Amino acid sequence: MFFVSLVATAQEHENTHNEEANDEAFNPTELINHHTKDSHEFHIADWNGHAISMPLPVILWTENGLVTFMSSEFHHDEEGKVIVEKNGMKFARVHDQIYYADGGLNFDEEHHVTNERPLNFSITKNVFTLMISAILMLLIFIPVANSYKKNQRAPKGIAGFMEPLIVFVRDDIARPNIGEKKYKKYMPYLLTVFFLIWIGNLFGLIPFFPFQGTLTNDILFTGVLATFTFLITIFSGNKSYWGHIFATPGVPKWLLPIMIPVEVLGMFTKPFALMIRLFANITAGHIIILSLLSLIFIFESAAVSPISIGFSLFMYGLELLVAALQAYVFTLLSALFIGQAVEEHH
Amino acid sequence: MNITHPESLIFWSIIVFIILFVLLRKYAWKPILGAVNSREESINKALSAADDARKELQNLQADNEKLLQEARAERDAMIKEAREIKEKMISEAKEEAGAQADKMIKQAQQTIQSEKQAAVAELKNQVAALSVEIAEKVVKSELSSKDKQLKLVNDMLEEVTLN
Repeated sequence: MFFVSLVATAQEHENTHNEEANDEAFNPTELINHHTKDSHEFHIADWNGHAISMPLPVILWTENGLVTFMSSEFHHDEEGKVIVEKNGMKFARVHDQIYYADGGLNFDEEHHVTNERPLNFSITKNVFTLMISAILMLLIFIPVANSYKKNQRAPKGIAGFMEPLIVFVRDDIARPNIGEKKYKKYMPYLLTVFFLIWIGNLFGLIPFFPFQGTLTNDILFTGVLATFTFLITIFSGNKSYWGHIFATPGVPKWLLPIMIPVEVLGMFTKPFALMIRLFANITAGHIIILSLLSLIFIFESAAVSPISIGFSLFMYGLELLVAALQAYVFTLLSALFIGQAVEEHH
Repeated sequence: MNITHPESLIFWSIIVFIILFVLLRKYAWKPILGAVNSREESINKALSAADDARKELQNLQADNEKLLQEARAERDAMIKEAREIKEKMISEAKEEAGAQADKMIKQAQQTIQSEKQAAVAELKNQVAALSVEIAEKVVKSELSSKDKQLKLVNDMLEEVTLN
């Protein structure tokens, strides 16, 4: 999704081509992986073959306690060549993973590092994006809330834009799925999730710093959100919900040994599907756009660019739709699961 | 896609999400939903008040219509009554006038009759007086001779029988 850095990376590749006498072919897989995965730096652009990036803090929980330093100390090294020494410990970074490097790095046959690694609580690119998204949400919605104190009449300005969305979440997601009596309790969660996912998706579509990073194409983030939905579901589950799982009504007793595992599995597959759906939709969109643009460099011909650019513009438009749609779907399904858990059976 | 150091994003996602959720719930969602709800309620209230007012207005209009009809009916009745009274008065007046006229005519006739009788009586008297006078004179001249007296007596007798 990051046109600027994409072009920059392409330039970088051009440079390497020149330097290494065209022996290294353009590798779209590497490019796409580089753009969709998390990182310790926020890559902004390249200039004359040098990456310009914003260093982010590395926070490590090591055997000897907390160690923090800026990721710029690795000098963009991902191969374990640069050793950073802090608090009497040495660290090296290989493919975004930071290892203890006392006594050098050891590799196995498949070229994987076998060194121990400290717990890593770094503010990575995705964490940084999450924080920016959160701050943006606070900056949008707290003033909106305050505007209602002064203005008792029809909403104006940003409140006029946000209110229909909030009312949409309330009337089309929460109310019909959770029920008139209980929906109010879950509104703050649903609204937070809806807007965080939407803003997270849209951030990924803005191709320049400080946006770029796509929160929702990280399966860990979608997994955290799905886990929240799961926890809310099981903690608000009422008697009939649990009764449905452990003593499914209308099922003969002898079938229960089969039904209970199935139902328990169902509890987990629902949030699992939430996690995968959001992650896969957003990542797929990004991969398609990056692939389309990579075609230009694969064919090494500018003639491909009108088609590539045309298709990727189309995908971009589609992604704008998907950004809102996936936020809607995630919130809708969360509301549906919560609704199933709190539903009163007659 | 290989996941590296998953703990960092999971840890920060949970922390940031919970902080964001708590802050937004307190400072954004509750005030916004509260304001939206109360405005909806006030809109509903205003709408139902408008409905009530409309109904009241309709009632009022119906009342007015009724009142107007009543007034119209009353007016019609009054006009009718007035017309009747007028006609009655006219006919009464006519009758009275007729009666008066008859009475006056009768009186006049009576007067005329009595006047006539009086006139006739007086005429008779005068004629009698005149006759007597004439007769005196005639008698005076006629009765100057015997013949004449006789003749007169005869004539008179004749006359008397004629009357």
